[in-house]
Amino acid sequence: MAKIEFKLNGKLVSIETDLNRRLLDVLREDFSLTGVKEGCGEGECGACAVLMNNEIVNSCTVPIANVMDKEITTIEGFSETKRYKSLSEAFEKEGAVQCGFCTPGMMIAAESLLNKNPNPNDNEIKEGLSGNLCRCTGYNMIIKAIKHTIKDGEDK
Amino acid sequence: MIKSCVPKTLSEALDLLNKENYLLVAGGTDLLVQHHNLKTLPIDFKKSVMYIGNIKELQGITEDENYIYIGSGEPLQRILDYPSIPTLLKDTIKEMASPAIRHTGTIGGNIANASPAGDTLVPLYLMNALLEIKSIDGTRKVDIKNFIKGVRKIDLKENELITKIILDKIDFTKAIFKKVGSRKSDTISKLSFAGAVTIKNNIVIDLRFAFGAVNVTVVRRPEIECQYINLKLKKVKANINKIVKQYEPFIKPIDDQRSSKEYRKEVSLNLLRDFIENI
Repeated sequence: MAKIEFKLNGKLVSIETDLNRRLLDVLREDFSLTGVKEGCGEGECGACAVLMNNEIVNSCTVPIANVMDKEITTIEGFSETKRYKSLSEAFEKEGAVQCGFCTPGMMIAAESLLNKNPNPNDNEIKEGLSGNLCRCTGYNMIIKAIKHTIKDGEDK
Repeated sequence: MIKSCVPKTLSEALDLLNKENYLLVAGGTDLLVQHHNLKTLPIDFKKSVMYIGNIKELQGITEDENYIYIGSGEPLQRILDYPSIPTLLKDTIKEMASPAIRHTGTIGGNIANASPAGDTLVPLYLMNALLEIKSIDGTRKVDIKNFIKGVRKIDLKENELITKIILDKIDFTKAIFKKVGSRKSDTISKLSFAGAVTIKNNIVIDLRFAFGAVNVTVVRRPEIECQYINLKLKKVKANINKIVKQYEPFIKPIDDQRSSKEYRKEVSLNLLRDFIENI
């Protein structure tokens, strides 16, 4: 057991925990942040994606020990932002959500990409989503939704 | 008893390592998956674990006139984003995993894992990378080819840590990395190949080849390379069949769930041939 302090969705948190736990399990079990999904559990599908210091990571491969003093944003925290609003509207408009299991991870991937590159081209969007699997949409609608968000941002 | 720790400084880590044997976890992208067992959450490590992801001294990149020094705990993405990293290493990292894994997976982890399919190993062998290794007893430097001893076998004592990866600042005329996997991203190599050449006044003054995932470690044969140095480019190209034949016995891949040995061998040698043809 050890004490781990980090920032979670903007608030400083501190937990006493087994160091050998995954960030994914801490978020779901200790903080009830169930928007973070477990898909493959091997870092390949992106369903468990969260932002660590504003960059996408797979919470199923992040040991809680490595989260010390970091800033973690889950889909729940991200949903308070302006960009979430415009992404979520674009996802709805383009039909980028079907079963919805990959969607939190897809939104986190989009946010991570747009943080670094506010105006990505098609290839850069594909690259940004390359660690996130979707078995429903065939990806085109998700890519369209992200392009839609970029365009909306430019119009404003 | 299994006990895990999170040292914050290098000296704290080296002190702890000197007292007890630990499994070192850097980013965790490989080890958490290898040891994950749904029945025994938390992660089912069989021995004490030292999490080295919070040690600042293991991170960052510096350079001087001749060398680049990459902290062993530097995540792959930050290496990709650092301006003066050799293009060959950048081209390799671009092909690895996905953005999420590149943000946490480290170069030191990829090396210490010593997987035959470890992608960074191929350019690191080709560039004669040096590893800086520290323990409470001092610092030593070792060539990557001597550090990797076999499949998941490395020359690292129980009280040691890899601290830096040191690269020569060399400018090749042409250097390429090719990875063959079942999909573009998030894939483990079926095989990989790196080739590099330096030409001055039509004379080949440096020629290097490295093959990944086709033997227990990366295949690099300096005794073949040196036969074609200080020759005219035309002459090297005229020897293409001979060169391919010389490498053939060293390409000894296996059959596994990712690919067959016949495919791996043929494609590796084709990539070698293609590189020489297109110099």
